Amino acid sequence: MSTTVTTRPAVSVAGLRKTFGTKTVLDGIDLSVTEGTVFALLGPNGAGKTTMVRILATLLEADGGSVRVAGHDLVRDAEGVRAAIGLTGQFAAIDKLLTVRENLRLMADLNRLGRTEGKRRIDRLIERFDLAESAGKPVSLLSGGQQRRVDLAMTLVGDPRLIFLDEPTTGLDPRSRVEMWQIVRELVAEGVTVFLTTQYLEEADQLADRIAVLDHGRIVAEGTPDELKSRIPGGHLLLRFAEPGSLRTAASVLNVTNRDDSALTLQVPSDGDIATLRAVLATLDGVHVAPDHLTIHTPDLDDVFFAFTGKPALEES
Amino acid sequence: MTTLAHTLTDSGTMFRRQLLHLRRYPSLTIMLIGLPVIFLLLFVYVFGGAVGAGLGGGRDAYVDYLTPGILLFTVAGAVAGTAISVAMDMTEGIVDRFRSMAIARASVLTGHVLGSMVQIFIALFAVLGVALLIGFRPTATPLEWLAVAGVLTATAFALTWFAVALGIVADSVETASNTPMFLSLLPFLGSGFVPTETMPSGLRVFAEYQPFTPIIETLRGLLLGTGIGNSAVIALAWCAVISGLSYVWAKRKYNKRAAR
Repeated sequence: MSTTVTTRPAVSVAGLRKTFGTKTVLDGIDLSVTEGTVFALLGPNGAGKTTMVRILATLLEADGGSVRVAGHDLVRDAEGVRAAIGLTGQFAAIDKLLTVRENLRLMADLNRLGRTEGKRRIDRLIERFDLAESAGKPVSLLSGGQQRRVDLAMTLVGDPRLIFLDEPTTGLDPRSRVEMWQIVRELVAEGVTVFLTTQYLEEADQLADRIAVLDHGRIVAEGTPDELKSRIPGGHLLLRFAEPGSLRTAASVLNVTNRDDSALTLQVPSDGDIATLRAVLATLDGVHVAPDHLTIHTPDLDDVFFAFTGKPALEES
Repeated sequence: MTTLAHTLTDSGTMFRRQLLHLRRYPSLTIMLIGLPVIFLLLFVYVFGGAVGAGLGGGRDAYVDYLTPGILLFTVAGAVAGTAISVAMDMTEGIVDRFRSMAIARASVLTGHVLGSMVQIFIALFAVLGVALLIGFRPTATPLEWLAVAGVLTATAFALTWFAVALGIVADSVETASNTPMFLSLLPFLGSGFVPTETMPSGLRVFAEYQPFTPIIETLRGLLLGTGIGNSAVIALAWCAVISGLSYVWAKRKYNKRAAR
């Protein structure tokens, strides 16, 4: 129905600013999201992630800058933007008094799908999101993970080409989180563009084609997950030894970044993969030293922030 | 489809949503019926003898005098439910979903208004039924009954839009359940329970000029054949003004307000 130019950005933002009173929440944001990719906005609470999504989804007006979403100017054609996007926010945007099926029906009617087409899509979504057993139950009786799936299913009824997911896995248990990741991957495989926000480096790493790190309303780093990770020194192995002699021997053969003689520990850079781990242990075997204890530290949000801002990712109240 | 057709379709969808709420959550409707019924029984059986005697009749005369006021009290109490359910929508994520969709903006509010009006009429039928059981004897012709329905519809429409606005501006569901409470007091501070002539002068002026008094006088005239005078015109004018201002206020606040 439309001729899609694959190089067209799904979202392009230039010089976006937003202040609430005297507090500057977004301070000149520039970014571009390619169609059919996953873009992750990574940052701690209070960085401005939700404000960003709310502006892109036409819920908040920006104070400055220009934004195009799905080919429509955000200010001049907000209605065009709304018709092209889907939003699943941090707080379940569902009608808790209605059943799962009634919620989906509401979305089908608001998308003016007609009875047959509406029912076809609802049935497909119920099956796909594994909601068949709870389809007739009021949503208030479902678990947090199920509610999040209903929420996303509601967003998908209108078949949007661009989806905003604001912290889609915050508060979910690990299993529900992995299920949500799987769903996001399937959407992307179907050609949907996903703009997500997250506090978890792992989530951005797992899902995103590009990551932008947001701190105090500014983008402090942007790139592919590999590009960003290569700039984060946080990943390492921590080796503890039983006595100073072993520590000294080990330190002489390993690429040590941090040595603590009183705690008898050494830090060795590592991105947590098995190959590095094997190599380190093999090297130690070669000099007949075995660590007493070994922990793998993978980089987290704090490391990201330390790397790009020199400060830890402090939460703002 | 045209914009008007979209507005109608979307409002119809939102109206169906509210009807599902009514069915799923009947306890609210029962509560909205219960309070005016208790007041009706209390005033007729506890105060009715004394007040009726003061009016120059008895308990039976007071049932007739009281019922139009109780009907308005029913409407005023029921719109608190409207404010609560609007505030629930506003404080939960669902309103963000609606606002980020390409649907007629005000349709969610229209849905609330229409759903509440259905709820109000269920409550009015129930309260009127109890009044008839305990001796309310209206003399209205079918045409006058139709006019009663019209006045009550206009009043319910005005007050639900007002309550929708209160629900949007409330910062929490608790606030929304409190702010419309003064509406329930207005039938008392008018001609709903006793004639305004019996009130002290300052209060009497307020009672005679506040919007509920002409509405009650119109209902009373239609149901019982007492004089209406210019009350009907004033009543409908009040309804039109309240509806119009509340609609504009509600719509503006809805477009501006960000949930959470």
